[in-house]
Amino acid sequence: MNGVALLIPIALALGLLGLASFFWAARSGQFEDLDGAALRILIDEEPESWD
Amino acid sequence: MTAATLDPADTLRSEFAVEGLRCANCIARLEHGLASVPGVRGARVNFTTRRVAVRHGAELEAADLCEAMRRIGFEAHLFAGTEATQDKRESRALMLALAVAGFASMNVMLLSVSVWSGAEGPTRDLFHWLSALIAIPAIAYAGRSFFISAWRALQYGRTNMDVPIAIGVVLTTAMSLYETATGGPHAYFDGAIMLLFFLLAGRFLDSVMRARAQDGVAQLLRLVPKDVMLIGPDGSVRSHAAALVEPGMRVLVAAGERIGVDGIVQSGCSSVDRALVTGESAPEPVEPGGRVLAGTINLTAPLTLRATAAGPDTVIADIARLMESAGQSRSRYVRIADRASRLYAPAVHSLAALSFLGWLVAGAGVHQSAMIAIAVLIITCPCALGLAVPIAQVVASRALMRAGILIKDGSALERLAEVDEVLLDKTGTVTLGSLIPVEGMPELPGEPALLIALAQASRHPLSVALARSVGERNVTPALIDEVEETPGLGIRARWDGREVRLGRDDWARGIASATPVSTAATLAGCTLAIEGGAVHRIGFADRLRPDAVEAVARLRAQGLPAMLVSGDSAVVVAEASRRLGILGLPRTSPAAKHETIDRLQRGGHRVLMVGDGLNDGPALKAAHVSMAPASASDVGQLAADLLFFGDRLAPVPIAVSAARRTMRVVRQNFAIAIGYNVLAVPLAIAGLVTPLIAALAMSGSSLIVVANALRLRGAAR
Repeated sequence: MNGVALLIPIALALGLLGLASFFWAARSGQFEDLDGAALRILIDEEPESWD
Repeated sequence: MTAATLDPADTLRSEFAVEGLRCANCIARLEHGLASVPGVRGARVNFTTRRVAVRHGAELEAADLCEAMRRIGFEAHLFAGTEATQDKRESRALMLALAVAGFASMNVMLLSVSVWSGAEGPTRDLFHWLSALIAIPAIAYAGRSFFISAWRALQYGRTNMDVPIAIGVVLTTAMSLYETATGGPHAYFDGAIMLLFFLLAGRFLDSVMRARAQDGVAQLLRLVPKDVMLIGPDGSVRSHAAALVEPGMRVLVAAGERIGVDGIVQSGCSSVDRALVTGESAPEPVEPGGRVLAGTINLTAPLTLRATAAGPDTVIADIARLMESAGQSRSRYVRIADRASRLYAPAVHSLAALSFLGWLVAGAGVHQSAMIAIAVLIITCPCALGLAVPIAQVVASRALMRAGILIKDGSALERLAEVDEVLLDKTGTVTLGSLIPVEGMPELPGEPALLIALAQASRHPLSVALARSVGERNVTPALIDEVEETPGLGIRARWDGREVRLGRDDWARGIASATPVSTAATLAGCTLAIEGGAVHRIGFADRLRPDAVEAVARLRAQGLPAMLVSGDSAVVVAEASRRLGILGLPRTSPAAKHETIDRLQRGGHRVLMVGDGLNDGPALKAAHVSMAPASASDVGQLAADLLFFGDRLAPVPIAVSAARRTMRVVRQNFAIAIGYNVLAVPLAIAGLVTPLIAALAMSGSSLIVVANALRLRGAAR
């Protein structure tokens, strides 16, 4: 029972961490330009990044 | 990442729609180019939306930035802002809800598995409470869109797919909470949240398809400039609103500018990019007396026009109006998923209510009857049904995308599968839309070398076609000098001490004494003449797409007898339709094409229109479904439901066959989803469904539906 008491909160916390990072990614525009991201890898030098 | 905070306080942010963004190179060129403009503090291209966001100081106006981008080599327009974000917001909200539901259902499922594997007493209660703790907030968040839509429907006394979902989820959660509080053996939190997860997956895929459908008629008119430079009677030039220009007024168009009015050229020789209207990328020469249309671009030299029409009377505005009215009939199309849900919702309600009443009458008590009714609601959850259509369409559209066919409208595949009549436009659709020399090519010794030398000296479309055609034979250009090009007439040069001319027939023939070697003049073309020597009349024709004959034959094998409709003359159309072995309708005006489609559709046919030009716009909109080559004019691209890339016509039968396979899979998916319900519902009504069985049935049917749809990955053949 002790192990469960420890493991369940850990499992939940890790899951929440994943969820939170997904929310962050979606809100900060990581999914805004998927086609562009695929092409930008081909540009030799990137101008300084945009916010 | 925090560049914005380092900017001075007066930084503005403007967004522009950019034409001609094609590759990584374009992104780099535009971003670097903009960054080196004084006053610009940063630029970021969004390739997916073909837009660029620029951070710049207040001293820069939008017009300055447009001008800067034009110098870098991109035509840009200020993007006004908020429209078209509605769909995107919806997609994003669904994605976040899906993530929450996925997270919660995974964690609840972990706890549920331990309960199913035999957790007893206080452990089971603890796990039920934990599940409740995770599931209830997650359901409240992820289920919002269903609850809101169901509430709206009920307010107006209607019912929709969301009503049984919302009632099912709320009742299940409430009942599970009650069970948890009283230490009961069965809690359905896993079922409720999983149901939301699968439904959201279906909704999300659907919104991805839907977001592609944008009606762009208004976008078309935005290409026409708002202001033009008017020349007063005294010769002074001033800016004037384009819509208020009266016929007869004189308008000056600078090189590189879009023309704002329909008009006739008074002075100036230039070439015009008519891609918006014809899809032809080669510039077309204009000279005094020639007609130009609003929305096209004046390329090389300033032109003075006498306006013939402006604002709402221009050809392009006419076409936009026709397209708008033609598109209305299509928006009444009811998608298959919506048709299914109309039947589905009432059936589920009455089934659950009947089993509740039935068990109550049979003396089972309120608690047990309610549990059974809820099990019925969960089991009949339309999650497989909700996934059935969008997953098949998304998989098929990915497959088509790889084959070079782009679907612009989510319901296009459904409509394409129903087609029983095909109309093909000729120029640019069945043919490649570019001219090649077909007759009268000079073959005497030395002449091909002379021809390529002359042709290479000019950018005229016929010269370019000649240079390409002769160049394919590896001919080394002859030495010529004193090369001189006269716009509207042709090229003259000196070769071996004699004058040679390539250009307009009468002009070139002027230096020749001999009779023409070849005199055919039925085709468009030009003449090559050598002083005191031979005269060659070279005829040009448009070429059929290389696989046009096979593609049309395959369409016929699919039960789709195609028909050629074209604005061209009877001779040209007869020749093309003879080679394709189909019926041809020559001299068809845009209105007549539209009329033909209307007549066929009134007769109960469903028409696929394949066309490319401005004059096909209304027909593309009026047809049940439409395709255009990616080389089409902007109008054609806006109006069509599907675009295909490349030189081949094969994408048309491929798309038809893929659409039919998609709909076959959709019907199979419906059968699977309904079959599951038919099997599981009696169990639920009999009161035999535990949370374990409900979870298995639900995920099982959804997975089979997804797996079945994945068979469409190879559908584009």
